[in-house]
Amino acid sequence: MTTDFIHPGFVLIIGALLLPFIMGPLRKPYLILMPIIAFACVLKMQHGTYGVVHFMDWQLTFGRVDALSQVFGYIMTLMCIIGSMYGLHVKDPKEHMAAWLYVGGSLGVIYCADYITLFIFWELMAFSSVFLVWFRKRKQSLPTGFRYLMVHTAGGLILLAGFVLRYKATGALDFNLLDVDHPTLYTYLIMVGFILNAAVPPFHAWLPDAYGEATVSGAVFMCAFTTKTAVYALARGLAGLDILIVLGVIMALYGVVYAVLENDARRLLAYHIISQVGYMVAGVGIGTQMAINGACAHAFAHILYKGLLFMGCGSVLYMTGKSKFSELGGLYKKMPWAFVFTLIGGLSISAFPLFSGFVSKSMIVYAGFEEHLYWAAFLLTLASAGTFLHTGLKVPYFIWFGKNNCSKETWEKAADPPWNMNVAMAVASFLCIFIGSYTPYLYKMLPYQNEAADYALHVYSSYHVSESLQILLFTALGFFLLVKKLAPEPTISIDMDWFYRIGGRGFYWLARKPIQTFDTWFGEVYRTVGLYPLMTTAKFWSWFDWHGIDGVVDGLARTVRGVGTKLRTVQNGRLQYNIYYAVSIVAVLIVAYVFG
Amino acid sequence: MLVKFIDYLRDRLKMVIRLCYVVLGLLVVYDVSFVDKHSVHTMAEKIPGWWAFFGFVACVLIIILSKWYGHVKWFGGKFRIMSPEDYYDN
Repeated sequence: MTTDFIHPGFVLIIGALLLPFIMGPLRKPYLILMPIIAFACVLKMQHGTYGVVHFMDWQLTFGRVDALSQVFGYIMTLMCIIGSMYGLHVKDPKEHMAAWLYVGGSLGVIYCADYITLFIFWELMAFSSVFLVWFRKRKQSLPTGFRYLMVHTAGGLILLAGFVLRYKATGALDFNLLDVDHPTLYTYLIMVGFILNAAVPPFHAWLPDAYGEATVSGAVFMCAFTTKTAVYALARGLAGLDILIVLGVIMALYGVVYAVLENDARRLLAYHIISQVGYMVAGVGIGTQMAINGACAHAFAHILYKGLLFMGCGSVLYMTGKSKFSELGGLYKKMPWAFVFTLIGGLSISAFPLFSGFVSKSMIVYAGFEEHLYWAAFLLTLASAGTFLHTGLKVPYFIWFGKNNCSKETWEKAADPPWNMNVAMAVASFLCIFIGSYTPYLYKMLPYQNEAADYALHVYSSYHVSESLQILLFTALGFFLLVKKLAPEPTISIDMDWFYRIGGRGFYWLARKPIQTFDTWFGEVYRTVGLYPLMTTAKFWSWFDWHGIDGVVDGLARTVRGVGTKLRTVQNGRLQYNIYYAVSIVAVLIVAYVFG
Repeated sequence: MLVKFIDYLRDRLKMVIRLCYVVLGLLVVYDVSFVDKHSVHTMAEKIPGWWAFFGFVACVLIIILSKWYGHVKWFGGKFRIMSPEDYYDN
């Protein structure tokens, strides 16, 4: 690697590995310094190809720097600084390590140029981010983490199968635009691998499941990296694949519907990630230069405002221990600044003029209108009314205003969060407003400069401002007229995870039942055929040397019974482990078969 | 200071609400009178106050349809999307 290119992902991975050794007063400066170094590495990079390594017959490329990877690399490292700042008070170094390895994985994917490198970093993301769920340390954190890991392992395998098939067919491993006009089986397999991480229904349920359960600062990281790295991968590999338009629009609406039903603030925000990523997926599907610009710009803006929203709701959870609307309300007197920051996030995601979403989201809708995809453009606009309804209105209203559902204990605990959380939220808030108010900052980074310059002339036109304000303010009117209908209900919403949570139990039962039956049957047979004659013989011989014989028989019987018990214990062992091992073995076998 | 300002507005809630209605009205007047609609893509967008209508209907539809979807009983009343919080514990 030359000095023009120092991989920011490696900076964070090495930084994470050294983290436990940096102790005492050095810890906090170190937590800020390393992400800043990673960010500086991104700023210093020149376009080109770096870090090419020959390994066996393949050429692995760790550093492809171009406009597309740069815009994602920039925002990922910037978010890492903000996220680390937000989590500065967390004492457990393991949580920071997991977060940095996770960001390192994401950056690895963004800068790589072949599928093998991509796959390694793709898996690193899943296997490090799961710890951000486990470190919540609630009873349900462990199974939630395992579900998250299972889904991502399965997705990784589908991706693996996709690019291995492609390698068989074409001999190529390069990570570039696939032939989207003539998609084949491997194109779709690679697509499924990517869209699973982008949380496209029906592969989306892992997202609210895991993000609602993650630690307070872990969720801030998780909401930024997995889905947006997948958007990058889609933009790089599958831009212009028509089916993505349909999937993106479905996503945008699906997230909105579930957000209406949701009672937990962080799960609501998680459903809105699905909705917002829907815009990006649709943008990638449209595939024009304007649409790809829009997808990149929206990913950039989204990482900041969604991070900000998770920070705001996370600070309520951190201070009060509660995140459900049915246990909160009326907190503006206690947490006014958290309210202001969350509101800025809400206005940004809702695309209010002068806030970041306004200059990014509309670019995708505009690209849809330009391509005469009116149904898509109108449905995406409909979803944006839903966005304001929930994130801009429902979240702030039911946490900081509305009916006060706080218990006495919650109310007493509530206060604005520690300084580091406030600083992180203030920085993110500033950036949300800055991006929305000063368009060249973001537009100069976009991959297609001519289209960006064209759109810059349109974005603050009287028509666009009037259109947005009408949609948003009349949505607000609808909200306040129907606010009673939206009163929080203490329920959970059944989603696609039902199939592997309840279906998983069925599988578990099926797996257990035959083997347990066999075990019982074996025990019976042994008792009848083995133990009984043995005991009889023992009695027969007891007059001769009954102590010795009896001892042997007892020993033998104990041993056999012991094996039976062990078998049962293995059987009752965690299903997740078994699946994990099975899946890993399949992965190794596929690789061995193809490359062996 | 921030809390005082919010309380100040809450004490005059009726006036704030009236002010909001005025803003909504002015917005539609602005849309009808001043906005250049030459470069719009569809006919619907030329209707005066189209996006105000769209926003309001979108909001009402989203709330009503989503709540219906969450509350309706599927499979002969045995299953509802919005389920008790301990649904997966049983």
